[in-house]
Order: sequence, then structure tokens, then C-alpha cells
Amino acid sequence: MISIVNAALLTLLATVTVAIVRQRSLFGVVILAGAYSFLMASLLIALDAVDVAMTEASVGAGISTVVLLATLHLTRTREAPVRRHNLVALLLSVVVGGALVLGTLALPPFGAADAVIHHHVAPHYLANSVRETGVANVVTSVLADYRGYDTLGETTVIFTAGIGVMLLLRSFRGRRRARDDEDGAQ
Amino acid sequence: MSLDLIIRVGTKLILPFILLFALYVQFHGDFGPGGGFQAGVIAAGMVILAAITFGMDAAKRIAPPRLVEFMVPLGVLIYAGTGVVALLMGRNFLDYSVLGHDPVHARELGIFLVEAGVLVTVSGTMTALFYAFVERGR
Amino acid sequence: MAALANLADHYNYIITIFLMVAGLYVVIAHGNMIKKLVGLSIFQTSVYLLYIGPAKIIGGTAPIIDAAFGVYSNPLPHVLILTAIVVGVATLALGLALVVRINEAYGTIEEDEIFERDIAE
Repeated sequence: MISIVNAALLTLLATVTVAIVRQRSLFGVVILAGAYSFLMASLLIALDAVDVAMTEASVGAGISTVVLLATLHLTRTREAPVRRHNLVALLLSVVVGGALVLGTLALPPFGAADAVIHHHVAPHYLANSVRETGVANVVTSVLADYRGYDTLGETTVIFTAGIGVMLLLRSFRGRRRARDDEDGAQ
Repeated sequence: MSLDLIIRVGTKLILPFILLFALYVQFHGDFGPGGGFQAGVIAAGMVILAAITFGMDAAKRIAPPRLVEFMVPLGVLIYAGTGVVALLMGRNFLDYSVLGHDPVHARELGIFLVEAGVLVTVSGTMTALFYAFVERGR
Repeated sequence: MAALANLADHYNYIITIFLMVAGLYVVIAHGNMIKKLVGLSIFQTSVYLLYIGPAKIIGGTAPIIDAAFGVYSNPLPHVLILTAIVVGVATLALGLALVVRINEAYGTIEEDEIFERDIAE
């Protein structure tokens, strides 16, 4: 069974999502997306994923919102009315959703300790993390040690995305001019 | 720059504590929730708060753009370099157990180094992202 | 009654799929690129729930080893999603940077208007 706190947070998430879909003002969308992230972080704490909740609160509600607001400043804050027919999109979404719900019916119930997921490699990590790595937070030891390759790849993706943004948004010509000005002033 | 006095003074008061909290999250990540990813984002958040309150020039005095750009690849190099050191000492890539005198401490050291690499790249990238978007708007 | 119990057991999956489908709908139906990217983020966050939901064990606690506890939730999905969140914001920023450049080139961020201008040229 699912606890009342979890059920309430899940329902709130769905409500905020409906509000995001219907909101035409992009500023409103960004603020609602921030609220969505904080709700998600609360839900993640309720699901015992404290590390993930901390990341979602700082990244999803913090950095994402700042970057989205910066983009709104550079573009526009109003969404044009939707002109085309949404019927196809709605139909497709309902069909996909229905198929996915059918797919989940056979999944183990929420919070079951005997689900397959808990009998693969996780027991090894939980039993041996302190003895093998001296780190009590199993998420940290799996992240940095047992699955170090994975995290190296993720760090490289962040590095690449950062370089991509800098290449897209930097005006290199303007910077050279600024440097010339500096040289001229000296 | 005629913002509310309370915001300016309040921000000035909490800025060092945000950085301190980032360091706590980084170094206490072995025993509580936290680690390089979260600490990096919190540290970048401090720079963003400074930029919002005191303007870009003040933020750039705290985190010079040159340093931030340097940090973006440096973290990946620290991470991969830790793996290469293990490789050179005769073990597999990213197998930290040879970095110290006994395997458990060596792996703890390896985790520390790798998390430091993550912190450097994440905080550098997030600050650089913010700088790039703000500079475009000028 | 059995159906109701099943709903209570699978409520998190149903909401997860609702968020996923809502994100998909925004990505398909809305022409505004910032809205599209927010929809993509909602889609992405629903995947976080899809991973973290099954990791929970009722009666368990967060996976930080302590002598006082015996049952912990599964740490592996936490690790996968933790890194996915940070990568998600990095890719979102990359998408938004593209939106900024598109706005500079076309003067609009609405898909329909961009297509119209492409056809007109």
C-alpha cells in the first residue's frame, strides 16, 4: 500500500502538471516548473531517496529556473495561441498512456521487499560498502567507486554540454573587441 | 543598483554560509546525503545569488570567468587522471584499491578524489552556463 | 475491491505515466520552444519517479548504513537518477541556448512561424 503522504504528493504533482500544460504565460510556466521540482524533491524524500531529493531541489528548482528565466529575458514571455488541431496529439498521448498503464499492471506492488529489483546487485552494495570502501552512504560509494565509469561518463556529458552552451552563446567577436579596448586603455 | 537594503545586507550575510554548506555537503557526503554533484550546484548557486543581488561585476570578482572556464575541463581531468593513476600502478582503470597502503583507505581516497573532480566540473559548468546566458543579454 | 487495492498498489506508476504522457503531449502539441523544453523536462522527471518508486521498501530507510537500521531502500536507482538530474539540466541549458540563437536568427520561438519563414525564403 502507498502511504497518504506519497499519494497526496503524487496528486499534487499531477495537478501542477495540468496547470503547466494549460498556462499560456511562459513566466507562469517557469514558476510552476519550479514548484513542480520542489514537489518532486519532497516526494523523493518520502521515497527515501535523500541524495536524489537534494539534487532535484538544488538543480531542478534552482539552476533550471535561473536558466529558464534568463532565456525568457532573451526571448519573449508569451506563448502564441495554438493554431493546429491538438486532437492527434491527444489521441496519441492517450493511446501511449493506456499501453503503458497496461504494462505496469504486472509490476510488483509499491514498496514490496521481495521485488526482483532488490535481489540483484543491491544487497552486495548494502552489505559490503562499509567493509570494502569505508563509506557509510551507499549512494556515494556506488556512484564514485562501484560504478565509477558511469559517473565519469556523466561528468563528461556535463562538460560537453557546458562547452556547447559557451560556443552557442559567446560572441567571440565582441570579446576580441573588448580585449582590444583594454589594450588601448593601457 | 538601488535594491532593497534588506536584500543586500541579508545576501552579504548568508553568502559565506552557502559556500560553507557546499563544502559540508561535499566532505560529509560519505556519511550523509551529498556529494560532488550537489555541492557543485550549491557553490554555483552562491555565485548566481551574488550576481542577482550585487550585479555581474561583483560575481566576477568572486568567480573570475577565466577560472570558471578552466574548472570545466579540470574536473574531468582530475576524475580521469585518478583512473589513469590506478592504471599506471598495474590495476584496472578506476580501480582505486592501489592508491594507498591498504585497500579500504585507498578506495576512500579514490572516492574523495573523484568527488572532488565532479565538484570542480559541476560548479564550473553551472557558473559558466549562467555567465553565458547573462552575457548574451547585455 | 480488488481493483481498488490494485490501484493503491500501483498509484505511483499511474501518476508517473500521467506525467510522462503530459510531457509527451506538450512536446507534440505546443509550438513554443520554451514550452516544449519544459514539457521535455516533465517527461524526464517522470522517468526519475519510474526509477525511484520501485527502489522504495516499505519499512526501510535511506541507504546510509547505520547500526540502528536493518532495511534500506535500493541504492542503485538513486545513483542512476542522481547523475541523470545533473545531466538533464546541462542538456536543458544546451536546448535553451539553441532557442536563444533561433530567436536571434528568426525573431520568434514559435515553431509555426519559423516554418512559415523557411518556406517564404
